[in-house]
Amino acid sequence: MRYAIALPFLWLAVFFLLPFALVLAIALGTNAPDVAPPVELGFSLKNFALLFSDDLYVAAWLSSLRIAATSTLIALLLGYPMAYAIARARPERRPLLLMLVVLPFWTSFLIRIYAWMGLLAKNGLIDQFLRWSGIAENPGSILGTEWAVHLGIVYAYLPFMVLPLYATLEKLDTSLLEAAADLGARPLTAFLTITLPLSLPGIVAGCLLVFIPSIGEFVIPDLLGGTETLMIGKVLWDEFFTNADWPLASAVAICLLVLLVAPIALFQRQQARSLERRT
Amino acid sequence: MNGRARFAFTALAFGYAFLYLPIVLVIVYSFNESRLVTVWAGFSTKWWQALFANEAMLDAAWLSLRIALVSATAAAAIGLAAGYALARAPFFFGRTLFGSLVIAPMVMPEVVMGISMLLLFVGSEQVFGGPDRGFLTIALAHTTFSIAFVAIVVQARLADFDRSLEEAAMDLGATPWVTFRTVTLPLIAPAVGSGWLLAFTLSLDDLILTQFVAGAQSQTLPMRVYSSVRLGVDPQINVLATIIVCVAACALILSGWLTRRKV
Repeated sequence: MRYAIALPFLWLAVFFLLPFALVLAIALGTNAPDVAPPVELGFSLKNFALLFSDDLYVAAWLSSLRIAATSTLIALLLGYPMAYAIARARPERRPLLLMLVVLPFWTSFLIRIYAWMGLLAKNGLIDQFLRWSGIAENPGSILGTEWAVHLGIVYAYLPFMVLPLYATLEKLDTSLLEAAADLGARPLTAFLTITLPLSLPGIVAGCLLVFIPSIGEFVIPDLLGGTETLMIGKVLWDEFFTNADWPLASAVAICLLVLLVAPIALFQRQQARSLERRT
Repeated sequence: MNGRARFAFTALAFGYAFLYLPIVLVIVYSFNESRLVTVWAGFSTKWWQALFANEAMLDAAWLSLRIALVSATAAAAIGLAAGYALARAPFFFGRTLFGSLVIAPMVMPEVVMGISMLLLFVGSEQVFGGPDRGFLTIALAHTTFSIAFVAIVVQARLADFDRSLEEAAMDLGATPWVTFRTVTLPLIAPAVGSGWLLAFTLSLDDLILTQFVAGAQSQTLPMRVYSSVRLGVDPQINVLATIIVCVAACALILSGWLTRRKV
């Protein structure tokens, strides 16, 4: 048992904890383009000051939050009916229906986002369809707009929403709904007063599983978004790879972590609680 | 069909159409004659031939496969240890820290993990003169990232597992190590197997972490795909996507079979 604890502990200390200490140290340093690696160690808070004073970074924070929150909400509205329908399907059909939800997750993330590039481009199939059906006269390219980013996030993370929702909805005691119906509640009332509150843990877990990764998302805004789509993951990437400003990129990383502390802590507490219930 | 059944059917039909239409179209257009992915110009396998003649892409795929094999195996071993510790040692000094540390890589934004691991490797280059960035650094990064996924699968399996078997072995005089090897490990092997498969897939698919730690010489498959996709739509990528979807479907069926096999 000692080794079972020591091996992962040491590995994660060296390859996970220590690197974060380094990020913090570099974030306090200054950019030195003439030396390799391009960092001069020191203790200055000017990188952080810049992040909070420069409009570009503040806008990137806010729009990351907004895009992640909106996408999470759309994913919930799309995923809840799906999870509900799977949970109420005949038991022998459920494994197949669930597998169909999970399968896209096992294919390449990059490829799934790529699939939308052709669909959303100007003269792409969606553009052609909108024109043919007369919904829009000249829709042009959806690719490069924030809509495309929302769509990409919902598409990529929908399985993460459906699975926890299904897990709570499947366990729901249907006799409660029958009792409500016997007492004269209409289906909608029964849903709002019984099903919805009881599936709240699944809603929270699903929303966090979509919200947390989409905040720091890079691939989706880079491939589907336009130049005006600001997201913090993309800002970090550009600072690092395009501007080679390691200290500033490190400071962005620290801020991103701080922003995520609350949702991650909430998620961990919930995981621990649901695990306790099982054992 | 009553109202509720119709609602369920609509929700599922719409959801699955949303999930699968883009993938189906990518597959269909891998057989397109034209270079444009918006116009169907007749059936052709020329992009398939082009991909299999694309040396750079094949080299990248081979590198990705080797990295995935190494990192998934390492992650399975360490993740097994971590999951076992979490499920079987309820109290030890630093358990809360240990638990959060194991799960953390799962919820960490990849850009943050990428930059932090790169800084670690740059630091070790400064201090120890190595390792060179490439195969080894990518494999180390992927292992670190995948441990959490294996640990969770293993821990979940151990949580609903009949402990009396382990106790019986101990009562009969087996040491903890012998008990683990002859009783516990064979029983949780399917979980370790599906954890390995998950780690393998994650490694094969990872772009962001890899881009940070790869160095100038090595290019993995996702890195190649990304640099090609940035320039626009490319039918060769459609071919690659078709292959990946087929392999993933097979892997998922295999993994489902492994985990569903009852003890």
